[in-house]
Amino acid sequence: MIALAMAFATGCFAIGLLLTLWRTIVATTTADRILALDTMVINMIALLVLFGISARSTLYFEVALVIAMVGFVSTVAYARFVLRGNIIE
Amino acid sequence: MALWQEIIVAAFLIIGGGFGLVGSFGLIKLADPMARLHAPTKATTLGVGGVLIGSMVYQAFADGTFSVHELLITLFLFLTAPVTAMLISKVHLHQTIRKSELPPTGTDRPWATLDKQD
Repeated sequence: MIALAMAFATGCFAIGLLLTLWRTIVATTTADRILALDTMVINMIALLVLFGISARSTLYFEVALVIAMVGFVSTVAYARFVLRGNIIE
Repeated sequence: MALWQEIIVAAFLIIGGGFGLVGSFGLIKLADPMARLHAPTKATTLGVGGVLIGSMVYQAFADGTFSVHELLITLFLFLTAPVTAMLISKVHLHQTIRKSELPPTGTDRPWATLDKQD
């Protein structure tokens, strides 16, 4: 039963990753593109956690935490660059 | 693992996957850029949260060890999601809305993102 639920959740997040990729490519505004990239990072974190369950390893939680931090910093940097034309003033 | 334990873990995983898909689908479905800001909040809080709680419960049932790493990731995502949403809406305000279309702020200062615009 868990294997089936794992396959379902992995499929859902994989399709979600493709949808965010589509939105990144055909975004109407820059804000849209930043939002799509941020959602892509979130989907990637969920996929990493699911892979950690199937690999029976706790290593992937540290990886997911680091990717969450890098994703947040990159989103803030992108938004700040658009707003101020500079990241660290 | 007993059947009821498997049912609990599978339920958390299916809830998480479903909400993650809904959140990403909202990015495609909703028409307005600011309406789209609403959709991925579900993917963050309920989707990833469901998967992380499922993983935590699975570790507790399968190995008998209780880890709090997952709670750290959930807490971090909960903390950063509002900051991200605020910055993205500021980018939208900055790029698409003129100063004359905005309501007055009620103070001496103008809207913070539009300081340099005419």
